[in-house]
Amino acid sequence: MRPILMKGHERPLTFLKYNRDGDLLFSCAKDHTPTVWFADNGERLGTYRGHNGAVWSCDVSRDSLRLVTASADQTAKLWNVQTGAQLFSFNFGSPARSVDFSVGDKLAVITTDPFMELSSAIHVKRIAKDPSEQIGESVLVIKGPQGRINRAVWGPLNKTIISAGEDAVIRIWDSETGKLLEESDKENGHRKTITSLCKSADGSHFLTGSLDKSAKLWDIRSLTLIKTYVTERPVNAVAMSPLLDHVVLGGGQDASAVTTTDHRAGKFEAKFFDKILQEEIGGVKGHFGPINALAFNPDGKSFSSGGEDGYVRLHHFDADYFNIKI
Amino acid sequence: MQSTAQPNKLRWGELDEDDGDDLDFLLPPKQVIGPDENGIKKVIEYKFNDDGNKVKITTTTRVRKLAKAHLSRRAVERRSWDKFGDAVHEDVGSRLTMVSTEEILLERPRAPGSKQEEAKVAGDSLAQLGKGGAVLMVCRTCGKKGDHWTSRCPYKDLAPPTDDKPAASEVVTATTGASNRAYVPPSMRAGAERTGTDMRRRNEENSVRVTNLSEDTREPDLQELFRPFGSITRVYVAIDQRTGLSRGFGFVNFVNREDAERAINKLNGYGYDNLILRVEWATPRSN
Repeated sequence: MRPILMKGHERPLTFLKYNRDGDLLFSCAKDHTPTVWFADNGERLGTYRGHNGAVWSCDVSRDSLRLVTASADQTAKLWNVQTGAQLFSFNFGSPARSVDFSVGDKLAVITTDPFMELSSAIHVKRIAKDPSEQIGESVLVIKGPQGRINRAVWGPLNKTIISAGEDAVIRIWDSETGKLLEESDKENGHRKTITSLCKSADGSHFLTGSLDKSAKLWDIRSLTLIKTYVTERPVNAVAMSPLLDHVVLGGGQDASAVTTTDHRAGKFEAKFFDKILQEEIGGVKGHFGPINALAFNPDGKSFSSGGEDGYVRLHHFDADYFNIKI
Repeated sequence: MQSTAQPNKLRWGELDEDDGDDLDFLLPPKQVIGPDENGIKKVIEYKFNDDGNKVKITTTTRVRKLAKAHLSRRAVERRSWDKFGDAVHEDVGSRLTMVSTEEILLERPRAPGSKQEEAKVAGDSLAQLGKGGAVLMVCRTCGKKGDHWTSRCPYKDLAPPTDDKPAASEVVTATTGASNRAYVPPSMRAGAERTGTDMRRRNEENSVRVTNLSEDTREPDLQELFRPFGSITRVYVAIDQRTGLSRGFGFVNFVNREDAERAINKLNGYGYDNLILRVEWATPRSN
């Protein structure tokens, strides 16, 4: 395959997200402007100007009309996807790290980093249908975990919130009361910071990637460990194919070690694993730095990766990929 | 019926000299039926054959829908959305989006179909070599295998061998413990995993050189040409940096040697793009 290279960002990529139809690709980077691209040819459709800090993550509503972004400028912003106009800004006292729309797009969960004397927190916001009626009040604020919460996503039927972060513990919270329901134990759990979390297409299980050089597959209701995928480099990003039983892990060494390593040994490839056999299928090379973001097109026929090198690489699979056998 | 009556007014002898087009007004119009739900389309045309007789031609075609990604109506609408933000003032030359010039393959960690056991067997044999310590230890001065290291070559200064045979136990420590007297690269030390060298060698394994390629042959073309013979790990076409044209040769690496051999047998002398291909084993790189 010949990947499409998109050089719209001047700083490392942080997050990638496809809309539900799979025709738009949203990219967030440490420069201040999230960007939207056409997912088929990589043409830039527009940018969302207004943030004043690194943008850590984003989510797009099911109807592809609203975009929400979380930024280090201590805000999370709602945008009109089509025009790039800012609709609302949620202000926090600390950098916002992760956002996720609930099923139905009526709620959004936003996590904030520990900052000054504030501890990290998970905020649940109500998203008004009419942006003019939007208010900034949180419906629920959950505090407790130490360190950054790198990802928080909604569980089945919006009844739970799953969070993971620097303390390497995965937690399931009740989204109504904010009570802690489940917690991953030391035995099965990750040993280092969890950097990424990705739900399966049907929402029955999820995958976490961690700096302990492994990715783990969990049941979303019971939080039982299903599979573990071991690599030889810290995992920064994970994605799951909606079409085949494949998982993709991306990562690389710390930024400080990059210049002292040969790019062939740099492990800047996206590694494909068989979801069930936990065996490596192959690797896709190309980035000149660690992979920070991965996303699968909802049709499962293409995927994109974003790297520390500032490039988004959009890969449309060859026909061979679909009948790969172990 | 009508149409057959009209030509009677004309004399056929005159008509023959005219362009055939002039007669077309005499013919019933072209009819297109369908495509129906099965995709069957019928086109009915009339024309005069060489003898001046009217012929009805019915062409039946089936329009097949390709398994194309289905786009929702919304997605089609989004296609025509106006650019916004920084994308409005995009220079034509800014080239934010580029297609990679490099063909990226999903690189398999090992040959598909091969089992992990095979790799283990290979590892074992290497380990056994390491244990024997014989083959790995080759003197660069006298070329003797398994007797001593180069630095301890008894013939180095054409001096008579002082201690004829280093004690066997010493050899073992030299191979296993990597004694500090002679540097042994980590990859050559006994017990070391040989994956590093294997990886470097992989590029040269079962490599087939293809020469006399036409200028516009690209990697996908070669891949298409060679794929029927077996799974391919790498395809490379030498491209002139300046002109961007192919330099007329390339390399194809196969997973299995037998596949490569079959490809050579079959494609050597094969006519491709008006040129006779030359396909042979690639000579290993000298360094």
